[in-house]
Amino acid sequence: MDHWIPFWPDTAAVNAVVVNNLYIAELGLAGVIMATVIGMMLTFCIRYWRGSPASRANRVQKTWHFEIAWTVATLAAFLVLFVWGAQVYVWLFEPPPADEEDYVVAKQWMWKIEHPGGQREIDALHVPVDKTIKLVMASEDVIHSFFVPAFRIKHDVVPGTLEVIWFKADKTGVFRLECTQYCGLQHATMTGQVDVLTGADYARWLTDQGVHNSLVQQGEAVFRAHGCSGCHDQNSTVHAPSLVGLYGTLVHLQDGSVQLADEAYIRDCILNPRSFTVAGYPPIMPDFSGQISEGDVFELIAYIKSLKGAQEPDK
Amino acid sequence: MSVTTVERAASVEPPARSQPSYLTSGNTIASWLLTRDHKRIALLFLASITFYFFIGGIAATLMRLNLATPQGLLQPAVYNRMFTMHGIIMVWFFLIPSIPTTFGNFFVPLMIGARDLAFPRVNLASWYVFNLSGLVVLYALIMGGADTGWTFYTPLSTVYANGYVFAAAMAVFINGFSSIMTSLNFIVTIHRMRAPGMTWMRLPLFVWAIYAVSIVMLTATPVLAMDTFLLAVERFIGVGLFDPNHGGDPLLWQHMFWFYSHPAVYIMILPAMGVVSELIPCFARRPIFGYSGMTIALMSLAILSFFVWAHHMFVAGISIYAGIVFSLMTFFVAVPSAIKVFNWTVSLHKGSIVFDAPMLYALGFVLLFTVGGVTGLMLATLAVDVDLHGTYFVIAHFHYIMVGATVSAFFGALHYWWPKITGRLYPEMWARFAAILTYVGFNLTFFPQFILGYLGMARRSYTYPAVWQSWNLLSSAGASILAVAYVLPLLYLGWSLFRGLKATANPWGATGLEWTISSPPPKHNFERTPVVVTEPYCYDPERHTFVTQEGVLHDE
Ligand code: HEC
Ligand SMILES: [Cu+2]
Ligand SMILES: [Cu+2]
Repeated sequence: MDHWIPFWPDTAAVNAVVVNNLYIAELGLAGVIMATVIGMMLTFCIRYWRGSPASRANRVQKTWHFEIAWTVATLAAFLVLFVWGAQVYVWLFEPPPADEEDYVVAKQWMWKIEHPGGQREIDALHVPVDKTIKLVMASEDVIHSFFVPAFRIKHDVVPGTLEVIWFKADKTGVFRLECTQYCGLQHATMTGQVDVLTGADYARWLTDQGVHNSLVQQGEAVFRAHGCSGCHDQNSTVHAPSLVGLYGTLVHLQDGSVQLADEAYIRDCILNPRSFTVAGYPPIMPDFSGQISEGDVFELIAYIKSLKGAQEPDK
Repeated sequence: MSVTTVERAASVEPPARSQPSYLTSGNTIASWLLTRDHKRIALLFLASITFYFFIGGIAATLMRLNLATPQGLLQPAVYNRMFTMHGIIMVWFFLIPSIPTTFGNFFVPLMIGARDLAFPRVNLASWYVFNLSGLVVLYALIMGGADTGWTFYTPLSTVYANGYVFAAAMAVFINGFSSIMTSLNFIVTIHRMRAPGMTWMRLPLFVWAIYAVSIVMLTATPVLAMDTFLLAVERFIGVGLFDPNHGGDPLLWQHMFWFYSHPAVYIMILPAMGVVSELIPCFARRPIFGYSGMTIALMSLAILSFFVWAHHMFVAGISIYAGIVFSLMTFFVAVPSAIKVFNWTVSLHKGSIVFDAPMLYALGFVLLFTVGGVTGLMLATLAVDVDLHGTYFVIAHFHYIMVGATVSAFFGALHYWWPKITGRLYPEMWARFAAILTYVGFNLTFFPQFILGYLGMARRSYTYPAVWQSWNLLSSAGASILAVAYVLPLLYLGWSLFRGLKATANPWGATGLEWTISSPPPKHNFERTPVVVTEPYCYDPERHTFVTQEGVLHDE
């Protein structure tokens, strides 16, 4: 949409269409409210300016009828907006099953992206059109915020945890990606682009990257290199939980709580194991923070997610 | 309305002056700097905050200058420091103290018929603490400024930023004590020192607003002190409070910061609402529509303002359910605001409206506040906030409230009470011109930012894609008009100090007690304690009369 004077952003994802409709409805309501206030103000100002002969007799004395009327009216309108907005919010922030999962690492001042096939890119994200893409995001330093205006999706990327967001682009093209949380000197240039390609173009793009090891394979290498396998392998002598089939299950912790084993949980196991222990195991899992980068953690996560043996973990 | 004792006034003129005014009694520097007179302290505050308003304004001018073109003029580091200092100075050194410390200080005692505030020494101390914090913020600014944004988000502010973050945070820390002292003073004064007959339901709405805001200030500001203290602890000692690398939680900062800073938004707007509730009945020459509804709305805003803080965090990774609760609360807080807008507007119905400068500012306030309000509704809607958060839409929204509304009310108050404060009339035509110019300049500056926000322009960016230049250029052009509109009153008001016509006691024909004494008021305010017999705003547009709160009937 390269008008000389742009009025409206691109609408290039199913998410965007839904948010757009809500936005238009709210603009409409805003217009009605403004028109009411301006209309009343103008009418009264013209009719009752000092010099006007209009009668001032019988001024409204009991005001509470009116006040209750507009309290109820505004409250009703607001509740509609609230419910509508909350519904869409839940839909936006609870990712459906994804066709592809990409990993995003934010750092001052760039976006590093890893595809499941092991392809990496910086400040660019290639995705296929009409596919549900899930992004798992981590920050290596301060808080950033991942925002694609044309998709109307945004989520802060907070260090110390993982955030998940999804979208389904429905138009091919190049769209702006930016950071909307002030993150230091070059915050303004922490931008990039999302290239939405047709399925065939995307497949070609993936092979053109000339990568041989998928993320899972890279993760497996990290898993061995850091000695995870020494404790977590099936035939290990150390009393450590098997990681096979872990992803997506509910884990019982020592303190009695139950945790969903999602990406953020696995990350915490690796970088912050001191804060909790899996029920029935000794707290000997080493703390790998400072040794394993957020990028490597993503590879480990991809690997652990891929461990879907027939055998259920013993807990 | 029930006017119990109505005596007809012999003349609108006040009784012959028996004592010198507060301005002329004592002319030494010490008599000003050590004064315990609330009126003089109000003027000291007025001088201080005007100074900071222009410092903050210069930073804003540089920012808009930079954004006129995508390439910009300033170094990124300079731009980042400019918006940080602009935010810190405008919020804590202008907006929060603006109306309470000046007009509140000057007029709350006069409006309730008291000789002074409850604790005159605390009042003076508040000004010194304010200036101490001001010196610290100037130090931070001159040494190079901080570059964190006024929100000091962690871990950027505690671990990564290398500007004068500590000094800036300490300035905010110290500044808070000034707020606490001033608000405590108001609460005690309004509770204990009302003249006989000045019941709660006869208080002018401005006094109600100052009361509501004082409660918010007194309860919220200590949290700010804790916040900035913990920030300093982490920045200096490296205790892991907010830094995840040391086991801290970055979101904890946001919760703590907004727990203060959302109520702070109401600290900035409530006094402005109070001012406008004085101006509209006076210039529409009729009672305010729904007095008790207005007081209920003020108090519910004050209370609800404490339960909406996480609406600043809808995309920060709080739980979805927390998001839903805070969105609902935010819609609730919008209801009393909506009631106020309707009541102000309907207060024009069957009035006898004069369009003097204070009224123009007041009408501007209502319109700009409404724009800020309806866009606030959009931001309260969860899914829409996901898109708009962190963009220029938010910038436009809160400037409509905090500049469009609050600063308009501030100027409205300044013009309305100028004759009382100085004893001089200002030139009406110039003032009307400035009021209209403010309105035009303001909309030109900030309306384009709504569009930029929806297009996706991120706030706190020193550069942007070239396609967005037209709107940015328009905004910068508007800002230059706005700058003129803000400097203009300085000139003609300054002129009026020397050349303006002498003001009578009650040039607007207003009903408040502050208008029953001479202009400028005598040192000890009231010769005898006034007795209040009626509610405020007894204007009669039919007979062109009004009754002061002392029950004296005047013809216009
Ligand atoms: C010294 C042995 C040891 C090593 C090495 C080790 N772990 Fe662990 N790990 C454990 C133990 C014991 C537990 C369970 C107790 C706990 O939670 O602390 C565990 C728990 C976990 C869990 C949670 C499992 C569940 O069922 O919830 C994950 C995930 C995990 N480790 C991943 C890793 C990864 C990845 C590495 C390599 C970077 C690694 N571990 C290295 C011993 C180890
Ligand atoms: Cu950023
Ligand atoms: Cu807020």
